[in-house]
Amino acid sequence: MTNIPPAAILILGAFLVPCFKSKFKNVFVVLLPLAAFFLISQLEIGASWHYHFFGYNLTLLRVDKISLVFGYIFTINAFAAFLYAFHLKDNTQHIAALFYVGSSLGVVFSGDLVSLYFFWEVMAVSSTFLILARRTQKAYNAGLRYILVHIFGGLCLLAGIVFYISQTGSVSFEAMAERNWGTGLILLGFLINAAAPPFSAWLSDAYPEATVTGGVILSAYTTKTAVYTLVRGYPGWEVLILVGCLMTIYGIIYALLENDMRRILAYSIINQVGFMVVGVGIGTMMSLNGSIAHAFCHIIYKALLWMSAGAVLAMVGKSKCTELGGLYKTMPWTMVFGVIGALSISSFPGTSGFTSKSLIIQGAIQQHLAWVWLVLEIASAGVFLHAGIKFPYFVFFAKDKGLRPGETNKSMLTAMGFLSFLCIFLGVYPQPLYQILPFEVTYQAYTVHHVVNQLQLLMFSGLVFFLFLPLLKRTETISIDTDWFYRRGGRLFYRISDRVLNGVNERAEQVFSLGLAGWLGRRSRDLPFRLAQVLLYPCWLARGLRGEELREKNLVLQQTLASGAAPVGIGAAVATAFLLLFFILSGLV
Amino acid sequence: MKDSKTEINFFDRAENIKKLWIALCGVCIALVVVDFFVPPKAHFGFDGFIGFYSLLGFVSCAALILLSKLVGFFLKVPGDYYD
Repeated sequence: MTNIPPAAILILGAFLVPCFKSKFKNVFVVLLPLAAFFLISQLEIGASWHYHFFGYNLTLLRVDKISLVFGYIFTINAFAAFLYAFHLKDNTQHIAALFYVGSSLGVVFSGDLVSLYFFWEVMAVSSTFLILARRTQKAYNAGLRYILVHIFGGLCLLAGIVFYISQTGSVSFEAMAERNWGTGLILLGFLINAAAPPFSAWLSDAYPEATVTGGVILSAYTTKTAVYTLVRGYPGWEVLILVGCLMTIYGIIYALLENDMRRILAYSIINQVGFMVVGVGIGTMMSLNGSIAHAFCHIIYKALLWMSAGAVLAMVGKSKCTELGGLYKTMPWTMVFGVIGALSISSFPGTSGFTSKSLIIQGAIQQHLAWVWLVLEIASAGVFLHAGIKFPYFVFFAKDKGLRPGETNKSMLTAMGFLSFLCIFLGVYPQPLYQILPFEVTYQAYTVHHVVNQLQLLMFSGLVFFLFLPLLKRTETISIDTDWFYRRGGRLFYRISDRVLNGVNERAEQVFSLGLAGWLGRRSRDLPFRLAQVLLYPCWLARGLRGEELREKNLVLQQTLASGAAPVGIGAAVATAFLLLFFILSGLV
Repeated sequence: MKDSKTEINFFDRAENIKKLWIALCGVCIALVVVDFFVPPKAHFGFDGFIGFYSLLGFVSCAALILLSKLVGFFLKVPGDYYD
């Protein structure tokens, strides 16, 4: 009886949220992911909840090791996020978050592409409300752009699924073998949600505009469900190695340029998802384990980082590094938790990033992919630079800006404490995580070589940060990303279209309406006369009329036609002539 | 709000920053020295020399910062660019 889709608990629970008042509401939303977690732990391996849809056999619940890992972390993170939002009474945010997390569970437990697509779209819509709930003009605009990009991504996915079904006749979602339009479009749909460049700007555009808790929740699900779909559908697709490497470096460069603390974290999501995408592209048991383990740990430390940034935003109301600094004095706990998150994302030995990311890098070593390995190591050093040091340094240390907000509330601190504990626990003792991975883990992260090498990489990265600090001075700027094409480019397109199309319109009016039509009107007025002239002239010439006589005949004809005094017989004769002409022509054709 | 007299101000004091610099440089030197006792393992042939990871960390981060500076020259716009 416990074999029911975990998505149902959260989605049905969302409908009940308005029924609860004050603290009961918060207790209720915290209990829902706990219940879902318990349910997931009781699920039996296999497929169930089959139903028929337009002649296809769909599966709402497919339980295997891959879906279970994502199910566990999605519910653990939701629990922490709702604990963090324990002070929040906003029904919109709670309901949107429950739908969002619920539908992401729907995606990972779907056994077919149609059910997956359905939950995929629910995710896109519900997550938009977490941005709109900020209720600022900037958030409305960002939310609109966010949903438009996701509608585009959803359409690519839908088109791919339609192609795929028509080619294979199957709706089941397994590893894709064929490389064709169908699988290509599905991959594009997944990569848009994974925030792969050039379709990545939606993330850094929208997430920083979300509410404080919205940012925490958003950071986990869209990109990680995309990682899940890639692991399931595209293991070993070499193109993903290239895409992933690009993402790791792209994320670092933009995060280094960024001034807004939550935008730095947004870019670092792209960087981290890049590691996971590389792992999928390598496609070995080691690297796929790595991608899943890294997604698991990343969700925890990234939520922790967004929580600490959210606590700062909630207390200070500012988000730009140029306006922040010196907060360690009055927000020491938020700082400590933020630093733990920062060390974890940097794969510092003793934290969860160290025990998960190493699996992906080991995967590259085992496959002798030297340049991939080198890019991942460079990116690892770069992570420490932008997320490991830059974020905590400019927010909590650097120049004291005289901000004295005081520590954030207890529920936020408890949630951050819980996630910090998980970061260190999985960093010191990763076996529980390794045990739930789909393939057996024989890897040992803690060897003297590995720890020493990682410390060397990170400490020298830190040294460079402080040596180059003058170059990293924050400026009141933003960086142009690919969203330029639909933000500025859209306006430019409008203006160009306005000039070109309206210009053509104006010309056409001058040439056709005023010029050609007027000319035709004028010509049409004396058309009967001219036609009669053409017909009669040869006759007059044949009769031997010349000179003055011809001119007189012409004048009489003009006056007769102008006054409508032509004999009826002539009209009939002309009509007969036309009919004759018509028959001759139609006979020829 | 905390009383400014009891406020932690460790990072405001120049002598502490100096100590932190010494500590950071000391750790970096110590980590390079460790390589003499535990030489790095070569996975690909080019990565087995002493100080490889230290050099990789230093050079790649310096390159990333300079690259971002260069890219920023073209991509950075005022904060109200889209408003």
